[in-house]
Amino acid sequence: MPVVLEHLGKRFGDGAPVLDDVNATIAKGEFVALLGASGCGKSTLLNILAGLEHPTSGALEVPADGAAFMFQDSALFPWLTARGNIELALQLADRNSGKRSSRAERSARATELLELVHLGGAGEKRPHELSGGMRQRVALARSLAQDRQLLLMDEPFAALDAITRDLLHDELERIWKETGRTIVFVTHNVREAVRLGQRVLLLSSRPGRVVAEWDVTEEHRTDAGQAGELTATITRRLREEIRRHAN
Amino acid sequence: MPTEQDVRPVTEPSEHITSPVLKGNPEDLRDLEAGLDKLQSDTQAKAGIDWSRVLLPIAALVVLILVWQFYVSLGLKRRDLVPGPLDVLGQMGVLWSEGKVQESVWTSLQRGLFGFLISVVIATPVGLLLAQAAPLRRAFGPLISGLQVLPSVAWVPAAIIWFGLTDATVYFVVFMGAIPSIINGLISGVDQIPPQYRSVGKVLGANRLQMALQIVLPAALPGYLGGLKQGWAFSWRSLMAAEIIATGGSIGFGLGSLLDQGRLLSDMATVMSAILLILAVGILIELLVFGPIEKRLLQRRGLLAGGTR
Repeated sequence: MPVVLEHLGKRFGDGAPVLDDVNATIAKGEFVALLGASGCGKSTLLNILAGLEHPTSGALEVPADGAAFMFQDSALFPWLTARGNIELALQLADRNSGKRSSRAERSARATELLELVHLGGAGEKRPHELSGGMRQRVALARSLAQDRQLLLMDEPFAALDAITRDLLHDELERIWKETGRTIVFVTHNVREAVRLGQRVLLLSSRPGRVVAEWDVTEEHRTDAGQAGELTATITRRLREEIRRHAN
Repeated sequence: MPTEQDVRPVTEPSEHITSPVLKGNPEDLRDLEAGLDKLQSDTQAKAGIDWSRVLLPIAALVVLILVWQFYVSLGLKRRDLVPGPLDVLGQMGVLWSEGKVQESVWTSLQRGLFGFLISVVIATPVGLLLAQAAPLRRAFGPLISGLQVLPSVAWVPAAIIWFGLTDATVYFVVFMGAIPSIINGLISGVDQIPPQYRSVGKVLGANRLQMALQIVLPAALPGYLGGLKQGWAFSWRSLMAAEIIATGGSIGFGLGSLLDQGRLLSDMATVMSAILLILAVGILIELLVFGPIEKRLLQRRGLLAGGTR
């Protein structure tokens, strides 16, 4: 089931609209990077997709079972171990799907998910004992535990160092290919958008609206020169968009 | 990373993007990741018994007793008005051999703990409900804060009129002292929860009950524990006040009763003994119950680093 946004708008109170006439269609299994300057309503759009906020106008079509969400900071619960965080997500996910899993099943599934993010040995650690990158991997495993087709990611790697971020890009790409999720990845980093997305959507600022769109083809992934060119093009367009607000 | 350099083609330097060809083989990446994990995660060894925790409080106690003894030996006041440490110790021995120390400590401690536990059972659901339901909180919040400020001794006369000189009087006063402060502690604990935890709970699909029990309550635990500590302090104080004022009847012989008996007999050594016993119970409960729980709680959440605990 695709995600469809039609003339979507959002304003808070009487203020200027944050989002205005946003149109997009995201196919099942697609990896879309949503790019925009800080403060352009990217996160608001993501929150609307997740059902945390409601649009004030327009129509929205999302999978009925909702979406998994990964936050900018890992937002792991500090009173639970890495494994405990994942098991809680599994337990709460049960309610939505109507089935009841046993404790042993959840434990086994949590082990699988920890292995998937290469954290097999760190399950008993608490969030504060993990590095930022490890915490984000646990958060990724937790959002996969929700077992929903649509995965929304709100600048999940923004606070990480360059090496860790590169690694997590690889890891996310691998997991996306293995699990076939539909991913909407919000970022303000052009390189990251081109690195990960099959499609890059550029959101303008105030009001937020999809103003440009690029396909990232297989050539862009294998040819550094082409990728660099595309990155430069998108960066130019993004800067133009920001400069519009100078006066 | 030399391997990364090696595979890098000689074309345009790629300062813009890391595309798959530039990135070494999967095993290298696994190792890189494992190396980073090792370097960046916290692996500090657990320390053994920290003797300064035991020795420093004992040293402080010894110093205070020496100062007390020194003051008494100056002979500025009559000995029966200001007894020295040895006099009090001797009186304590006498009371012990009469069985009064055991009886009064046991009676008070039992009541204090029982009253406190009942208060926890009542205050926890009420606190959670008030913290979660805005209209209820607006309605009852100020009243509960007010009750916390109201000294629970003020309830003693009312309790005696209603319940007579029975245990019910004592428990009533304890409840009026402990319940509001536990409720307030829980509410302020809930107020301090980062809003994101609720968003996460919602995204994960928690319903209201799951949200309250599996996310809000554990997240509020540090504040709740603070409320419990204060609730215990209020229980213990209220209990002493009630025992001092309400004596006789079917009310047993507690530490407050011992204190009041000392006053009636103008026996300063007994009064001092009772005060020290009340103090000792307070210290022991903190050291044996709340201290370890609090430490463990903070340690598990990584909140202890840099503190002076």
